[in-house]
Amino acid sequence: MVATVSDLTPREQESEVLLKVENVELRFGGVRALHDVGFEIRKGQIFSIIGPNGAGKSSMLNCINGFYHPTSGTLTYKGQPRKHMRPYVTASQGIARTFQNIALFKGMSTLDNIMTGRHLKTKASLLENAFWFGRARREELEHRRFCEEIIDFLNLQHVRKTPVGTLPYGLQKRVELGRALAAEPELLLLDEPMAGMNLEEKQDMARFILDVNDEYGTTICLIEHDIGVVMDLSDRIVVLDHGEKIGEGTPREVSNDPKVIEAYLGVQEQESA
Amino acid sequence: MIYRESGQFKKTYQADQAILPLRQDRIFLILVLLVAFLVIPFTASNYVMNSLLLPFLIYSLAAIGLNILVGYCGQISLGTGGFMAVGAFAAWNLAIRTDLPMPVIFVLAGLITSGAGVLFGLPALRIKGFYLAVTTLAAQFFLVWLLQRPWFNNYSASGVISAPDFHMFGWSIETVTDRYYLSLIILVVMALLAKNLVRSATGRKWMAIRDMDVAAEIIGIRPMPTKLKAFAVSSFFIGIAGVLWAFLYLGQLEADAFNIYTSFDVLFMVIIGGLGSILGCFLGAAFVVLVPIFLNIIPSALGLPLSTAMISYIEVFIFGSLIIFFLIVEPHGMARLWSIAKQKLRLWPFPY
Repeated sequence: MVATVSDLTPREQESEVLLKVENVELRFGGVRALHDVGFEIRKGQIFSIIGPNGAGKSSMLNCINGFYHPTSGTLTYKGQPRKHMRPYVTASQGIARTFQNIALFKGMSTLDNIMTGRHLKTKASLLENAFWFGRARREELEHRRFCEEIIDFLNLQHVRKTPVGTLPYGLQKRVELGRALAAEPELLLLDEPMAGMNLEEKQDMARFILDVNDEYGTTICLIEHDIGVVMDLSDRIVVLDHGEKIGEGTPREVSNDPKVIEAYLGVQEQESA
Repeated sequence: MIYRESGQFKKTYQADQAILPLRQDRIFLILVLLVAFLVIPFTASNYVMNSLLLPFLIYSLAAIGLNILVGYCGQISLGTGGFMAVGAFAAWNLAIRTDLPMPVIFVLAGLITSGAGVLFGLPALRIKGFYLAVTTLAAQFFLVWLLQRPWFNNYSASGVISAPDFHMFGWSIETVTDRYYLSLIILVVMALLAKNLVRSATGRKWMAIRDMDVAAEIIGIRPMPTKLKAFAVSSFFIGIAGVLWAFLYLGQLEADAFNIYTSFDVLFMVIIGGLGSILGCFLGAAFVVLVPIFLNIIPSALGLPLSTAMISYIEVFIFGSLIIFFLIVEPHGMARLWSIAKQKLRLWPFPY
C-alpha cells in the first residue's frame, strides 16, 4: 500500500524529497523493531508517524537522527545516502529533535537552554571565550537576539532566566521545542510533543507547530498519540504496527483504511467451531 | 529593601549579559577588591598573610579549576593533587633548565598540566561517575610516584628542593606581601577568565554535557572534544595553582606534599562551596582554610584544653558531616545559600 505520486497534493508534488526511507530493518538481537519500512518526507510537509504502543515509531525517529543504525535498508537525506553517523553529525546536517521524555539541561535557564541550541552556529574559540573578545562577544549578542525571537515566538519571556528544572511540564516541552528551533533545522523531529498535556496546552503546541512550519518553512516529522491532533495537523501520515508499515496517505485516507482501524481498534475474531 | 533591583533597567542585551548585572553586586565586588588590594597588605600580619591568605588564594584557584571539571562539566576527578604536582614540577624544571622568563614558565607549566589532564581525561570518554573517579585516583598516585623519580628533582639527595627566587616584569618576589600580591593578581585574572568561559558558549556546552549528554549530542555537541577541553582548562588552572603552592606558599617542592589529601581538600571546597559556581570556589576555599584555624582557637578560648590530635579528629569529623549535610540538603553548596539569602534580602525587612 505504498503511496503513489498521484496521492500527493500539487504543492507536495512540486517540493523535493527531503528524506527518503527505504526498506529499513532494525533488529535488537531477536527482536525485530522495524521491518521493511519505507516512506518519503517532502520539504515543507508536516509528516506524522502514528501507531499503537511498541509499533516502532520512536525507533524510526532514532534511526533518522543517528541514535540507532538500521540493520539494513537505506536512508537518503537531501539526496545523499546516509552512512553510520553519530547524532551530532545529523545535527550538523540540519536535523533537530525533541524527546518524548523531556531532555532539557535542567540546571540551566530557559535562555541558556535555547542558546545552547545555537551551538552549531558558534565559531568562537576557547580563548576568545575566555577573554570575551572578538567573535565571542559578537556571537553572544547575535545569538541572544536570535534566541529572544524564539522566546517571543513561543511566549517564554516570563521564564527567560528560570532554571528549566523548576518549570511546569508544558513549559518545559515548549523550551525543548525552542532549543530545537534555535538550531534553525531543516527537518524537525518531534517525539510526542503533546504527550501529557491538557487541551489548552495541546492547542498552543499545535499552533506553534503550524507556525514553525509556516514561518520558518521547517519540515516536520512528528509522532503523536492524539489522533485528532494528528489528523488536523498532518499533510501526510504513515502508520506503523509491530514494526511494519500498514498504511500511508493523507489523514482522510488513513482514517478510512481498514488495516489501520484494525490495528487501533482490533477486530472481533470470528469464532470458528 | 537593601538588595533590590527595582529601577535598574537593562536596555541592551550587553548590559543583561554582564557578569554582575546588579549594581549592588558590582559595588560589593569593588569593595572586596579594594580591601584585598589596598587594605589587607598593610594591615594583616605576616602570619595571617602566610598561613591564611596565601593558602586561601591558591586553594581558590585550584577549586576554580576543579569546579570547571566537576561542577560545570560533570566529570568527577580525584587527581587534583597530582595535577598540582605536575604544574609545580614543570615550572621548577623549566626554571632551572631554561632561561625562559617567569610568566612564560607559568603559562608553559599550566599547558603541560593541561596535557597531563587530557591524557588522564581520556577514560572519561568511555566511563562516568564512580569509575571515572577511580581512574583519576590512579592519576593521583601515578603522577606523584612519577615525580619522585630523581630526574624531576634534578637528582637532589633528599628529594626536597627549594623553589627558585624569581622575578616578574622586573618585580622580584621576596617578601610575603609580594607573594600575596602575585597570588592575588593571578587569581583575579584567572577567576575572570573562568567566569567568562562558563558564561560563554563553551560553558554552556560543558553544562549541556553535564546535565544531559544524550540531548547535548542531539544538538550537535561532540562529547569527546568538549570533555577533553574541560579537562585541559581545569588542569591548566590546577597546574598554575600547583606552581603557586610550591613557589609562593611552601617555598619548596616535594611530590609528597601533593598527596591524596590535597585532592580531597580541593574536592571538599568545591562541594561545600557550590558545584557549578565560581563564587562557591572562594567560599569553599575560605571554609576549608578557616575551619581548622577556628577549631584551634575556639577550644583554647573556651578554656577547653584539646590535644592537637583531638582537634584534627574533630576537623575530619566536621568536614565529613558538612559534606553529607550539603550533599543531602543543598547540593549547590554555600553559593546557593548565598543566592537564597540575596533573594530574601530583596524583600527584607518587609516581606509581604
